[in-house]
Amino acid sequence: MAQLQAALPQGLRRASVWALYAVGLVPAAWGFWLGATGRLPGNPVKEFEHLLGLWALRFLIATLAVTPLRDLFGINALRYRRALGLLAFWYVLMHFTAYMVLDQYLNFAAIVEDIARRPFITIGMAGFAMLILLALTSNRWSIRKLGRRWGKLHQLVYVIAAAGALHYAMSVKVVGPQQWFYIACIALLLAWRPLRPMFMRRKRAGAAGQHVTPDRF
Amino acid sequence: MPAYRPPSIPAGEITPESIFLNRRHFLAGAAGLLALGVSSRSLARPLQSTESPFSTDEKLTPESDVTAYNNFYEFGLGKGDPKARSGKFKPTPWAVKVDGLVSKPREFGLEELLSFPLEERIYRMRCVEAWSMVIPWTGFPLAALLDTVEPLGSARYVAFETVVRPEEMPGQSGFFQPLDWPYVEGLRLDEARHPLTILALGLYGKTLPNQNGAPVRLVVPWKYGFKGIKSIVRITLTEKQPPATWNITAPNEYGFYANVNPEVDHPRWSQASETRIGEGGFFGANRRPTLPFNGYEQEVSGIYAGMDLKANF
Ligand code: HEM
Repeated sequence: MAQLQAALPQGLRRASVWALYAVGLVPAAWGFWLGATGRLPGNPVKEFEHLLGLWALRFLIATLAVTPLRDLFGINALRYRRALGLLAFWYVLMHFTAYMVLDQYLNFAAIVEDIARRPFITIGMAGFAMLILLALTSNRWSIRKLGRRWGKLHQLVYVIAAAGALHYAMSVKVVGPQQWFYIACIALLLAWRPLRPMFMRRKRAGAAGQHVTPDRF
Repeated sequence: MPAYRPPSIPAGEITPESIFLNRRHFLAGAAGLLALGVSSRSLARPLQSTESPFSTDEKLTPESDVTAYNNFYEFGLGKGDPKARSGKFKPTPWAVKVDGLVSKPREFGLEELLSFPLEERIYRMRCVEAWSMVIPWTGFPLAALLDTVEPLGSARYVAFETVVRPEEMPGQSGFFQPLDWPYVEGLRLDEARHPLTILALGLYGKTLPNQNGAPVRLVVPWKYGFKGIKSIVRITLTEKQPPATWNITAPNEYGFYANVNPEVDHPRWSQASETRIGEGGFFGANRRPTLPFNGYEQEVSGIYAGMDLKANF
């Protein structure tokens, strides 16, 4: 895969990140267009709100998947990780805005009560607050300024993903196959963190071993 | 789009006779197609009914929403599943067994149910999930059915049961089962005998589509929608309070009574307001205040006199 990267000229690589932003925002634009033109069935506002929440979760999962994909399969998507994380942020922001504007019609008393009294919304809000912090520090300047603390801060993405999964599971009447699927994805990705050092040590040892006895085979 | 406007349409004008008649012609044609084996889906047939003073004159929820936005977990968890996945369900032939504490237990065939004097009842329907509809049901008071079996003096409650047919109801088969089957519900006998409580056999002037609980379902307009048990196969009069599916699944979220009450929130959302399906669109203020007993307070509050409605939610 190192070759593949080298094969992409610098300009194209940057363009591919912008393309990801553009493609990533298509579901939101599509959903909004369907809703605005009366094409979403049943309860269009809820449909749109749910669509945004689900895509937020998907982008969180994609963000967390970058490291294990490289460790396990040698696929390097590191270049896209910031874009994926920021897309998750934009989707949560739109999810929250849809909830406030289209669903609650800016009834602030009801919104504050929801956030304070409904555990699943409190948890979603906590996730959103943390996501804002990460979005604000997702730039070179912050990375330089914060130094080592930047890495520590951005480990919050694991907490956010867990909060997102919990929020989702708690928002439905029955935790069904679809919820279990997302919970399982996030649980596996979270579990990878403590398992990773051990795996990497073995992998390095294995690689080293191969170097020592190259002509065994 | 304007928000809530007080209703101003007289009941008789809401569903012009001509529409029903046209539909009837169309259905005759459709029935012909069925006879030719073009479709295996059960097809609606028109039902004759009389008007009822209990009907509301609020704007009807479009039939396309009433028959496409449903909770009927026997067919799946999604709102669109009941319509999309109920094609294999066979609502005919059908029989409802009525037993328990009655002097004349017996079975009612579907034709017999259809021979009760049918009324059109245009009711508000408030789902526990904070959305609502206005639906023109066709049916008859449950009390009329109960009268024919003569409940015993010891009967205090009425228990209801939905059919179990995993081979026709995809939500009842497979690895994941959201609820214990059969779906069961219950009412106090006085609730069951209340003139507002009906067994519905149709909506929009024709027999019930599968996704709405064909061929016969309960409608209790002052309670949350989940009390309106669908595709009923058994009605049993009992002395003790019978189990009710959602109540035993999550007792802190769904009470046995489940009377619509804007002051008792669901743990996860407020019940103070509701979204009327098919109105408000995407940008309109689509929430309206929820009314105590779903607006049927005058008719029903008497039977709960002296009861703590917050404790008995
Ligand atoms: C990490 C941040 C968040 C994520 C990943 C997220 C994701 C989701 C998902 C996946 C759903 C369920 C969609 C479905 O049922 O198909 C949902 C529902 C919901 N979310 Fe969020 N959410 C987040 C934050 C928030 C915030 C900050 C709020 C508002 C304060 C919020 C309000 C809601 C509401 C009200 C629902 C339920 C809508 C309903 O069914 O009534 N969420 N969210």
